[in-house]
Amino acid sequence: MTGTTPDRATSHRATSHHEGPAMPTYVGMPSFPSAARAAVADTRLRGNLAHATSTIRGRRAEAVAELDDWAALRESGKQIKDHVLANLGHYLRMLEERVTAAGGTVHWARDADEANRIVIGLVKATGETEVVKVKSMATQEIGLNEALAEQGVTAYETDLAELIVQLGDDRPSHILVPAIHRNRSDIRDIFLRSMPDAPEGLSDSPAELAEASRRHLRAKFLSAKVAVSGVNFAVADTGTLVVLESEGNGRMCLTLPETLISVMGVEKLVPSWRDLEVFLQSLPRSSTAERMNPYTSAWTGVTPGDGPGEFHLVLLDNGRTATLADEVGRQALRCIRCSACLNVCPVYARAGGHAYGSPYPGPIGAILSPQIRGIGSEVDASLPFASSLCGACYEVCPVAIDIPEVLVHLRARAVESGPRHPLERTAMNAAGWTLRSPTRLALAQRAASASRRLVGRRGRIRRLPGPLKAWTDTRDAPVPPPESFRAWWARTDGGRTEERDK
Amino acid sequence: MNAREEILGRIERVAPRRDAAEVAASYDRIARDYLRRHHDDGVLDLFAERVADYRAMVRRVTPDELPGAVAELLAARPGVHAVPDGLPAGWIAAADAAALAHAPAVADLDGMAGAVTGCTAAIAETGTIVLDHGPAQGPRALSLVPDYHLIVVRAGQVAPDVPEALERLDARRPLTFVSGPSATSDIELSRVEGVHGPRTLEVLLVEDGGR
Ligand code: SF4
Repeated sequence: MTGTTPDRATSHRATSHHEGPAMPTYVGMPSFPSAARAAVADTRLRGNLAHATSTIRGRRAEAVAELDDWAALRESGKQIKDHVLANLGHYLRMLEERVTAAGGTVHWARDADEANRIVIGLVKATGETEVVKVKSMATQEIGLNEALAEQGVTAYETDLAELIVQLGDDRPSHILVPAIHRNRSDIRDIFLRSMPDAPEGLSDSPAELAEASRRHLRAKFLSAKVAVSGVNFAVADTGTLVVLESEGNGRMCLTLPETLISVMGVEKLVPSWRDLEVFLQSLPRSSTAERMNPYTSAWTGVTPGDGPGEFHLVLLDNGRTATLADEVGRQALRCIRCSACLNVCPVYARAGGHAYGSPYPGPIGAILSPQIRGIGSEVDASLPFASSLCGACYEVCPVAIDIPEVLVHLRARAVESGPRHPLERTAMNAAGWTLRSPTRLALAQRAASASRRLVGRRGRIRRLPGPLKAWTDTRDAPVPPPESFRAWWARTDGGRTEERDK
Repeated sequence: MNAREEILGRIERVAPRRDAAEVAASYDRIARDYLRRHHDDGVLDLFAERVADYRAMVRRVTPDELPGAVAELLAARPGVHAVPDGLPAGWIAAADAAALAHAPAVADLDGMAGAVTGCTAAIAETGTIVLDHGPAQGPRALSLVPDYHLIVVRAGQVAPDVPEALERLDARRPLTFVSGPSATSDIELSRVEGVHGPRTLEVLLVEDGGR
């Protein structure tokens, strides 16, 4: 046990203040600063995280550098997604028509409860009490597993990392590698404790652990009648759904059961089949740092004699249309969930995924969760502050989401409308992170950096323009010193060498 | 108001509905300055190298050598191998007929040693092989459940890069893109071959005669 999970109870759907229930807020979840403080104090967790994120950072950089047109792919990815968002109704109608024509059934869900009710209804109609699942952020967001359990339906996660999380009665802490906070001996212990058919004398070699998971799930795959999946891309003009994965559990879930239920956020669309030529290049390299992930499955409705005879697609809003209405914040909907921004984030590397209190951790979580859920809770109001605004996330993002820009925008909104809490002591300060000194924190204020001309006589920024006004009205923002945060980060290897010097 | 109308209503209050021609015109303005391919020459060499990078075995053979190579590789894995409908008879002419099951039922696949199939396209740049599960490829389960997958790729099926490969595919077919054997990096991000899909992938690349 890493002992970092503040509340080991499974997540429950809490009522949010806007437009009905949204994403589950983890019960008892403290605000980012206090959760981060606990995580930072846990050296084992930090060790596991630092090891994993620094490995993948280097590999991603290599995979991306191999393509000399990376900048053009990124720009096209951004434009395709912006085009979809600007014409979302058009493409959703088109997708619905094509999926239906190909023998699928399309459902619409305004919020988490409605989506859960739809899925529960579909599962109950089959008479089954078990479903197999392939990793889906959307179903974590709506708390589907818990909702199914309340109705007597057991959901089996089949992704190895999800399985580790589920067997450990834990929560995911990374988009791509949900059990990134567990090392191999943690995993062996979890398997021995909670996997009924774990082989005796199981070692902690990754190959043996993978083998144990293969044997554990094989019977489930072969007997499952219902599968629930997420969706990476939905192609509007062909009605094709696409799932990228590594292990083959996705192929099993998408192929062997009789009924397939896929849940997707309404923003997961691309207009046309050819648009995948961009994302099938940029997503694998950004996420697993591979030229291509081992398996990608694409399917259109149902195919007689091959795969599930019944296919349901649940289109989920759950705060996305509210996010679309925010001109600055809507770019978060371009996200293709590659997790590159997590792996480069100095705050994530220290605080870990759990501190973000939602299924979406890291920089993307810091801008997505407060928008989807609203800034009603303390954790959500604190999330936009869970960043140094260093801009590394923006640089690696394959769809060029300007996360720092959205963070600054949301900070202003949090100050205006969020609950009162000590925002001055930012997440970073509370995390006891190297940037605890106000000077260094200021280094990171990219937005402020652009506003140096607003600096007042005492070397404090008096007042920022526009939406930042409310923020600077109540506090002085420190002046950005000349060394950029990126330069500092590179020079000190992410603060590691500087820390050692102390 | 039902959920569909309400969601579309929320969207179109922010992003007003436009006619299809306008949407199409805006779609055509999307910048696409990326390359159609990253390599012009040596596409087959590149394909073989990139597949091998995933720790899959690749062997280059002539059409004449193919049946012998298939027989040899299958014989190295004792047990019954699944063979899909439409697989050219010549491919398996030299293999032990008693060790082949033609178009087996899904329920029988779990006990089988492997599967041998063709493909519909391949991508050199990424070392990817695509099955559209038409003739010679079988339904999706056939090459998923057994622990070993042998794929025969004809030289002419290899596209240099992702964009040209996607042009060759029919999105309405079920498609499986395979890049190496099943793998996971979920344990400390160290890659382990083989979780649920076939743990061994072997590729025979048939040169000349394909184009
Ligand atoms: S915000 Fe960008 S970098 Fe982060 S997960 Fe989404 S697509 Fe990837």
